[in-house]
Amino acid sequence: MSLSLTPEETRLLAGDQGEGMALAMRVITETARLMGASRLVPVVSAHIDGALYHGDSGTLFAEHLVRLGAKLAIPTTLNVGALDLACGARTRLPPHQHDMAYRMMRAYEAMGCAPTWTCAPYQAGHRPALGSDVAWGESNAVAFCNSVLGARTNRYGDFLDICCAMTARAPYYGLHIPENRRAVFALDCSGLSPALRNSDVFWPVIGTLFGQRAGTSIGVVLGLDGCATEDRLKAFGAAAASAGAVGLFHILGETPEAPDLATVTGEQDIPVIPVTAAMLNAARAGLSTTGETAIDAVAIGSPHCSAEELLELDRLIGGRRLARPFYACTGRHAVAELEAAGRRRALEEAGVTLVADTCVVVTPILEGVKGVLMTNSGKFAHYAPGNTGYAVQYGAMAECVESAVTGRLVREERLWS
Amino acid sequence: MTFPALTPLLPGEASGPVLQLSAPLSFWGGVDPASGRIIQVRHPECGRTIGGMILCLPATIGSSSSSAVLLELIRLGIAPAALVMGTPDAILMIGCLVAREMGWAAPPAFALDPAGQARLPGSAHIDAGGQVSPLS
Repeated sequence: MSLSLTPEETRLLAGDQGEGMALAMRVITETARLMGASRLVPVVSAHIDGALYHGDSGTLFAEHLVRLGAKLAIPTTLNVGALDLACGARTRLPPHQHDMAYRMMRAYEAMGCAPTWTCAPYQAGHRPALGSDVAWGESNAVAFCNSVLGARTNRYGDFLDICCAMTARAPYYGLHIPENRRAVFALDCSGLSPALRNSDVFWPVIGTLFGQRAGTSIGVVLGLDGCATEDRLKAFGAAAASAGAVGLFHILGETPEAPDLATVTGEQDIPVIPVTAAMLNAARAGLSTTGETAIDAVAIGSPHCSAEELLELDRLIGGRRLARPFYACTGRHAVAELEAAGRRRALEEAGVTLVADTCVVVTPILEGVKGVLMTNSGKFAHYAPGNTGYAVQYGAMAECVESAVTGRLVREERLWS
Repeated sequence: MTFPALTPLLPGEASGPVLQLSAPLSFWGGVDPASGRIIQVRHPECGRTIGGMILCLPATIGSSSSSAVLLELIRLGIAPAALVMGTPDAILMIGCLVAREMGWAAPPAFALDPAGQARLPGSAHIDAGGQVSPLS
């Protein structure tokens, strides 16, 4: 299949709008050709995952684009960087890496990206309309955007994301095509207890199980209608996208492309897998990597905590003093809401370190000593052992708080039996 | 003995030892961008270095930041000599496309199914048309 371009796209590629635009069009059209796309699709917004420092090359590329006069054609938000520019959490990067990470963040801001610096841009006001085509990066953001908002994006890799933002175009393939968005398998949760389905701690676990089953295919979860909240869907998607290559999921009766089984499957018969307590317990056990019950630190906020989650943390602490380091990763949008509610100081005085603009698994913030990290995030549980060297214990936010107060693992097993 | 012909994706020729990965690999979190060493502890080839190799990848996997890790390897001159992919992977090839825009010598990329990958010699030259000849 050959790629056909509109006359305008051909002019952009030829450099009518400058060399920066021509570069972006070269990257997009080459990618489209390699992926077998027959055309490009206009996109209405972008979310950039490419501003996280992995080495000097990414900084040099961003500054190259700035020098070429790169400007953005559509509203564009930024995922996390490697530094906390908003709350000042200390990053243990060596001086050269720190400098290059900072230059990279400033280069993306100079191109016109909104300095949201969050992996939950959809809770910082970036919410494209149902059915619109967009170009988003970062696995949890992509999953939320496709699944909960019903906008259409592939998992755009670093560097392609900014090229889409500059040109307002993306290769037309994969999840942009409606027929590719249907569920081909179902997980049925209707046999699980209502108390479990209505608890926050359940959602990263079922998300992990879903991701392991899905791989790259698309599925629908049955039996959870009436149980979802936005933060629960956020936690599900992040866990699913860590455990598998999930760019889109459906929750029957909750997500917009799954009002009923006929719609979400395109009226095809699909296999339905009943979820048992044993399957769920195996997925939950996999989120912890140690039997050690002494807890050295706690980290929450992957994806970034919403203001509601920070206020819930404040209520759970209830004026007590935490005995272990406690990191709450969040966006500056949520920090502003926390301040407006008058609770930032109380949270910090209790011993919570607010980490904004970045998070503890993508940049070195945790203390150098290796030990046991407790988290309520399926995504932190997946990536922390490899990226930080800490072993992980998984539990609910309330259990994370109690464990941080006592320094010992506190976990309620009754819900799961 | 005849060797399978490769389908050129990103043009170029390459010579080097063939490193056949026996499991998919995400470059982000799986390859150290400073050394090119495979660091994913669960990967069968963990500890091997991919620099200078004709790297055969059976399947697409992984993080959208893998393009950034490959770009860094290219800038440091420790990238694979060629990428041989079971299925075309947009994320890795974007690393090569951006490297070319930056004026850094990027490896060519070819498509070849895993069965064909297994029939490549231990050390090979691949010409721009995808024809393979063994190196002694």
